[in-house]
Amino acid sequence: MVVPALAMFVVFGIVPLVGVLLLSFAQWDGLGAIHTAGISNWRTVLSDPALPHTVLVTFEIMFLSWAVQTPLSLLLGVFLAGRQRYRALLAVLYFVPLLLSSAAIAITYKALLDPNFGLGPGLHLDFLTQDWLGKGNLAVGVVIFVVSWQFIPFHSLIYQGGVRQIPTTMYEAAAIDGAGRIRQFFSITVPQLKYTIITSSTLMVVGSLTFFDLIFILTAGGPGDATRVLALDMYKRGFQANLMGPASVIAVLLVVLGLILALVLRRLGGSTTASQQEGA
Amino acid sequence: MAVLTSSAATRPAGSNPVGMRRLTQLNWFGGAAGWLWLVIVLVPLYWIVVTSFKDQSAFFTQNPFALPADPTIENYRLVIESDFPRYFVNSVVVTAGTIIPAVAISFMAAYAIVRGAGSRLLAGVNGLFLMGLAIPLQATIIPVYLLIIRMHLYDSLLALILPSIAFSIPLSVLVLTNFIRDVPKELFESMRVDGASEWGMLRKLALPLTRPALVTVSIYNGLGVWNGFLLPLILTQSPDKRTLPLALWTFQGQYSVNVPAVLASVVLTTLPIVILYALGRRQLLSGLTAGFSR
Repeated sequence: MVVPALAMFVVFGIVPLVGVLLLSFAQWDGLGAIHTAGISNWRTVLSDPALPHTVLVTFEIMFLSWAVQTPLSLLLGVFLAGRQRYRALLAVLYFVPLLLSSAAIAITYKALLDPNFGLGPGLHLDFLTQDWLGKGNLAVGVVIFVVSWQFIPFHSLIYQGGVRQIPTTMYEAAAIDGAGRIRQFFSITVPQLKYTIITSSTLMVVGSLTFFDLIFILTAGGPGDATRVLALDMYKRGFQANLMGPASVIAVLLVVLGLILALVLRRLGGSTTASQQEGA
Repeated sequence: MAVLTSSAATRPAGSNPVGMRRLTQLNWFGGAAGWLWLVIVLVPLYWIVVTSFKDQSAFFTQNPFALPADPTIENYRLVIESDFPRYFVNSVVVTAGTIIPAVAISFMAAYAIVRGAGSRLLAGVNGLFLMGLAIPLQATIIPVYLLIIRMHLYDSLLALILPSIAFSIPLSVLVLTNFIRDVPKELFESMRVDGASEWGMLRKLALPLTRPALVTVSIYNGLGVWNGFLLPLILTQSPDKRTLPLALWTFQGQYSVNVPAVLASVVLTTLPIVILYALGRRQLLSGLTAGFSR
């Protein structure tokens, strides 16, 4: 009974994983014949002066989006774990951004932030009227905001589930000992949510390696290379410049980075599972 | 069982109302933040819908948040009279063509893994699927592209379906094994005594009891496939093979000056999934928390 799933997964998951490693030692333009290329692709990519910047941008967006999303998701999750009817309604509404495709979200924000016809000029608000996607730092900020807009709802749901598993007796005991609400939050809620925090962080961090469509449509990596993350770099090298070999090198780096990050986070927290799936 | 499995994930056992009230009294700060976030979430959504009913001149002159003075469905007409219906059908075919086989084979695999607990081979297979959770789809796209070309499937809908099935398997198996494990062993044993085969137990016992999880993984994977952008971008070429997110992107290029029309197409691509969400919300949320928490 396990055979059909295993076969599909091996053919389209494991074989390509091995294949990408092999292709990183090959020369291929995406159409013609494939030649072996030795380590030349690796040399090209690793000595590319643009690579450190790409890696830096990838980590910058990874870290900043984690740092923005985690505290907000945690607070919202704790809040949503309450029982009033309207909180259930809020949780329903929060979920809506996850239903939109990244393409739709990127297109929407591009229109909203347009310096001529977007929200700022429309409302005559000067601070909103900026060339948001035309300046490096602003563009990185926009990417992080849009990512948070899309995924904080999901992570707050994870936290909501986690908070509900905390035994209420712990809060009762703390209240008897005279601990205030803030004290309770830091002494009970946060430590009890350790595994939830690690699960959620793993999903965020490893998932951020796969931000492609959002950035591709929103900024196409620009302005300049300000938002050119590794996944986008791979696409541009492979499918725009037709250099599949160097693109495969980037892909291998992505796999290795993803596995390392997942393992490190798992080490931190005992046993959790990581997912690369978009939105997960 | 549905109640049992979903409540285990979202409700603490033996919670008492007094303790709960203490937890929920969380304070005005949390409340304020919660409502503020709602505003941040809803404002762009409101703007999309409102603007999609405006004509071009109203879009340029009116306050962006004002309701259209003269609402028009012209934008929707423009979108629907383009090739939009074809893209919609493509998306439906790819999504249904992915999730039905993906969920079926994942369910069979999850059943085998749970029932065969103790088998080294099955444990290894399960480990392989779990590792799959840490493989980024993007990273394997180049060999998948090569594979699809060599299989002469490039620029077909099947080219989108096959890799999508494969990438749905790891998470589906994870969530489904978690649910099937909750089925009491005694039930299997008593069915075994009554002479049921493994297939019989899979169909008559495991299937009905894991229905909420099946709905969850279907919606979750369906969402990913419906909204997928990378595979259609790389594995298809002809305009008539486009799915909705890709069509949205090209549409945006063509009609970049006509923002209301672009937003109407955003609404139209999102509407089906919002309707699905409304129908399957409970299972989706309980399944997700069961799959991810702890």
